[in-house]
Amino acid sequence: MKDVVKTFLGRPTGIAGLLLLAISCLMAVSAPILYPASPWEMSGIPFSAPGENGMLLGTDTLGRDIASGVMHGARVSLLIGIVSTLAALFVGVLLGCVAGYAGGTVDTVIVRFTEIFQTIPSFVLAILFVAILSPSLGTIIVAIALVSWPPLARLARAQVMSVTQREFVQAARCQGQSPLSVMFRHVLPNAISPIIVTGSLTVASAILIEAALSFMGLGDPNHMSWGYMIGAGRTVIRQAWWMSFFPGIAILVTVVAINLVGEALNDALNPRISRS
Amino acid sequence: MEILLRIGFRIAGIVLTIFLIAVINFTLVNAAPGDPAAVMAGQSGAADETFLKQIRAEYGLDKPWPVQLGTYLLKVAQFDLGYSFRQRQEVSDLILERLGPTLVLTLSAFFLSLIGGVFFGALAGRRHGKWSDVAISMVALLLYATPVFWLGLMLVLVFSIQFEWLPAFGYVDIRASGFSAWNYALDVARHLILPAVTLSAIYMAVYTRLMRSSLIEVSQEDHVKTARAKGVAEGAILRRHMLRNAALPVVTMAGMQVGALIGGAVVVETVFSWPGLGRLTFDAVTQRDYPVLLGLFLVMSILVIAVNLLTDLIYRLVDPRIATQ
Repeated sequence: MKDVVKTFLGRPTGIAGLLLLAISCLMAVSAPILYPASPWEMSGIPFSAPGENGMLLGTDTLGRDIASGVMHGARVSLLIGIVSTLAALFVGVLLGCVAGYAGGTVDTVIVRFTEIFQTIPSFVLAILFVAILSPSLGTIIVAIALVSWPPLARLARAQVMSVTQREFVQAARCQGQSPLSVMFRHVLPNAISPIIVTGSLTVASAILIEAALSFMGLGDPNHMSWGYMIGAGRTVIRQAWWMSFFPGIAILVTVVAINLVGEALNDALNPRISRS
Repeated sequence: MEILLRIGFRIAGIVLTIFLIAVINFTLVNAAPGDPAAVMAGQSGAADETFLKQIRAEYGLDKPWPVQLGTYLLKVAQFDLGYSFRQRQEVSDLILERLGPTLVLTLSAFFLSLIGGVFFGALAGRRHGKWSDVAISMVALLLYATPVFWLGLMLVLVFSIQFEWLPAFGYVDIRASGFSAWNYALDVARHLILPAVTLSAIYMAVYTRLMRSSLIEVSQEDHVKTARAKGVAEGAILRRHMLRNAALPVVTMAGMQVGALIGGAVVVETVFSWPGLGRLTFDAVTQRDYPVLLGLFLVMSILVIAVNLLTDLIYRLVDPRIATQ
C-alpha cells in the first residue's frame, strides 16, 4: 500500500490530476455556501458579459449567474459520475466474476450478452431510456450504469479467469472452502486493481454521458448541470459565448483530472502492465 | 463448409442482437409510467382517442404480454416501425429520409479519425520522448476529455463566427437547388468540415494514443531489429515492417467504437443542425415522439452492425493472416 502511494505521488501527472480534481470537489462542496441562492434564479441583467455588472462569469439569457451554475453543476456531475459508476461496477463485476469463475455455458451466455450490449449504440440507448422513463437523477444514473457495465464485466471476467488458475486459489479450493469464500478471500483481492483503474476512468466517461444527456434536454429539471448550460447557450452562441464556454471548461478540467488520476493509479497499482 | 458455418454463426449473432434490441424497446415502452398506447402515440396529449384505440388494436395491447411482444417483433421484422403522430408520417420513412446525411457524416468521421490517429500516433511513437511526442500526447489527452458538443460550439465560434471561413450549420446552402452536381457536392463538403472534425476529434485522440504505444511496442520486435541489422533504411522499415502491424489494434478498436461514433453523431448533428438521424433524435426527444425514438434506436443499432461487418473486411485487408486462419 505504501509503495502504491509512493509511486502515485511520484507521477507529476497524478499530482496535477489530484489537484484539478480537488478544485472540482471544492466547487461542489462550497457551491451552497458561496452561492446560497438557487442557480435557476435571476440574479443580474441578462446577457452580461464576464466581469460586467459585477458578474464574474456573466449571466445567461434570463439573467442567471453563470458562475453559480458552474459551481452547482459540479455537484450533479460528480454525484452522477460516481454513483452510476458504482452501480456499473456492481453489475459488471458480478457478471464478470460469475462468468470467469463458473466457465462453460454460463460463461458463454454472459460473454455473448455482454458483446451484444457493446454493439448497441450506448448513448442512443441512454437517451431512449431517460426520455421514456422521464428525466430524473435516478433514471439518469440507471441509464448511465446500463451502458457502462459491459467493459467492466469483460475486464472482471478476464481477471478472475487468470487469478483462478493460480496455485493458491487451487489450494483454497482443495481445502474445501466454499466458492463464495474463495471468490471474496482469494480471487477478488488479487483481481481487483485493474478493475479499480478502469472504474476510475468510467467516472470520467459517465460525467461526459451525463453532460451529453442534459445537453439534449434530458437532465434532471431540478438540478443545474453543465451539459444543460451548454445546451442553453447553443442557440445564442453568437451573442453570448460565455454561456457555453465556462461550463465546457469545467467539464474538461474535471474529466482531464479524473483521467490523469486514473492513469497514475494504473502505474501505481499495475506496475507490470503500465505503459512504456 | 467451414466458411458457411462461420457465416451462419455471424448471421445468427446479428439476428440475436436485433431481437435483443426489439425486446429492450418493448420492455421500455411497458415500463414507462402510464398507458403504453399513449407512449406509442407520443406523449403530451397530442393523440386523440380514435388514434389511441387504433394503436391498442394494432399492437394487441389488450392481449397478454407474450402476444404483445410477438406482435411487436413481427412488425419489426417487416420494418414496420409505427407511425409518428406528431410528424404525420411513417417512422420508417422519416428515418430512411435522414439516413444519407448521417452516413456521410459518420463515415467521414470514421475514416478521418482512423487516418489522423494512425498518422499522429505514428509520428509521436517515432519521436518517442521528444517534444513533438509530448505535444501530440498532451493534445490527445485534452481532446479525449472534451465534450463533443462543446468542441463543436467552440469550433463554430472560431471558424464560423470569428473568421467566417466555414458555415456554422446545415447540410447545403439554401440556394443549392440551382447548383450543378459538382458545386452541390463541393458545398456539402464545405458544410461537412466542421461536423466531421468535431465528431472525429475524440476518436482521433483515442487512436493516436493507441497507435503511439503500439508502434513503440512493434519497434522492439525481432523482425524490426533484423531489418535494421540488414541495413534497411529507417523509412522503409517504418513503411514495410512497422506501420501495418502497429495499425492492427487501432483498426480493431475503431470497429469497436462505431456504436459510440453513432451516439456522438447525435450530439454533433444537434450542434450543427445536420439533417440526419441525430438531429431527428434531438427533435424526437424535444417532442417526446417515442415511436420515432424507438425506431431510431433500432435502425442505428443495425447501422452499427453493418459497419462492424465493414471493419471486419478492412481488417482482412490489413492483416492477410486472418483470411488464411
